Amino acid sequence: MKPTSSTARLAIVKQLAQRFAFTAMAAAAFALMLVGKADTVLVERLRTTAVDAVTPVLEMLSRPAATMAEMVDNVRQLAHIRTENTLLREENLKLMRWQEAARRLETENGQLKSLLNFVPGPDAGFVAARVVADSGGAFAHSVLINAGSRDGVRKGQAVVSGEGLVGRVHQVGQHSSRVLLLSDLNSHLPVMLETTRTRAIMTGDNSERPKLNYLSDTLRLAPGDRVVTSGHGGVLPPGLPVGLMVQGSDGAVRVEPFVDRHKLEYVRIVDYGLGGTIAPPEEGMSAGGKR
Amino acid sequence: MRPTTLTQRLDLAARNMLPVVLTVLLLLLSLLPLKLPGLASIMPPLAMMGVFYWGVYRPDLLSGFSAFGIGVVQDLLAGLPLGVSALVLLLIHGFALARRRFFLSHAFPIVWGGFSLASAGAFFLTWLLIFFLAGRAPDPHPALIQFLLTVLIFPLLARLMGLAHQTFLKED
Repeated sequence: MKPTSSTARLAIVKQLAQRFAFTAMAAAAFALMLVGKADTVLVERLRTTAVDAVTPVLEMLSRPAATMAEMVDNVRQLAHIRTENTLLREENLKLMRWQEAARRLETENGQLKSLLNFVPGPDAGFVAARVVADSGGAFAHSVLINAGSRDGVRKGQAVVSGEGLVGRVHQVGQHSSRVLLLSDLNSHLPVMLETTRTRAIMTGDNSERPKLNYLSDTLRLAPGDRVVTSGHGGVLPPGLPVGLMVQGSDGAVRVEPFVDRHKLEYVRIVDYGLGGTIAPPEEGMSAGGKR
Repeated sequence: MRPTTLTQRLDLAARNMLPVVLTVLLLLLSLLPLKLPGLASIMPPLAMMGVFYWGVYRPDLLSGFSAFGIGVVQDLLAGLPLGVSALVLLLIHGFALARRRFFLSHAFPIVWGGFSLASAGAFFLTWLLIFFLAGRAPDPHPALIQFLLTVLIFPLLARLMGLAHQTFLKED
């Protein structure tokens, strides 16, 4: 078949249309970035709607994944059952001694508080939720949980597991929420070193170990010191365990978090009655930066 | 063979949706908590592989527009800045489409090499965009490891998609 001039022209027009569509979509992507950067309510609502819609599917899919992981873990545990048993016995003895000490301190603390007319902080309320998605990748560290505004989750609330602080609620949908992990690039958290009370801002950089910035005292740093929340900014209560201080290979002071990301299955969203609905500090900071 | 009856047409429509459906499924799969130590932060973006594969073999069934849409969904679900994956997947698709004839006339290792090149560009661009949008540089090491894992896993995913391709989309 010989290509007539009209079919050739048609092919050129088609190619031009394709090019135009490609350029238009690339421009649209940049436009989306600008809209997202402006952080309008619309983008937020779009995100929560999308996450809300997909959460049931993810929930269903994540169950077999969890079962598989459990099976692998079971086999691994069987291999180490003896050594683990001895270790646990030893640890149990140690913990018994700690329990005794804690009981003694509790009574003493109670007595001293009654002497001082100490005003206790508000009691915390909990919401438990399952982790249904762990957004993979090196560029965003967050997990999705299957509890939302319907269950009483509010933006800015602390999310903890048995080991310590996991992160903070970043977005809330109807029945799902996004938890920004401590290691995310956008996570900023006021913390302090437990023994020296040195204050710092812990900032994620998408690596496994967040950095400590703006240390109030750089002279008395002891690697291995516990890092806890400082309670500044009024969003989180002071004293939540975060991790251990370590010296990074690049010379920066970093934190090894207590929470293992891959072990997260159930988390608790804690409402300390501190007004989790107020804007988290990082937003206040960026707004201040923009002026 | 032209589809005549309604069932035949429905069957064909379902088959033609396969590339998009598979790629979306890969996207969801990459979001699941797989509970393996250290995997979450280097989990390969599986949707990227789908977009590249179908961009080379059946761009009529997974168009640039679909790639853009899948990118937007990935941004919304993974918590990335809106538009980043949309642009990256669009460019991956554009690259696959532009070099399509070349890839089709060569053996798989060349396609693999092409994907490695495209994903290297994709990771660099993502890093750069996040850097500009967040105003601070993310740690490049996890991204580098994620890129290597992505390249290593591609043959497996391509094989699986190839199987689906042959089974459901054979006649044309």
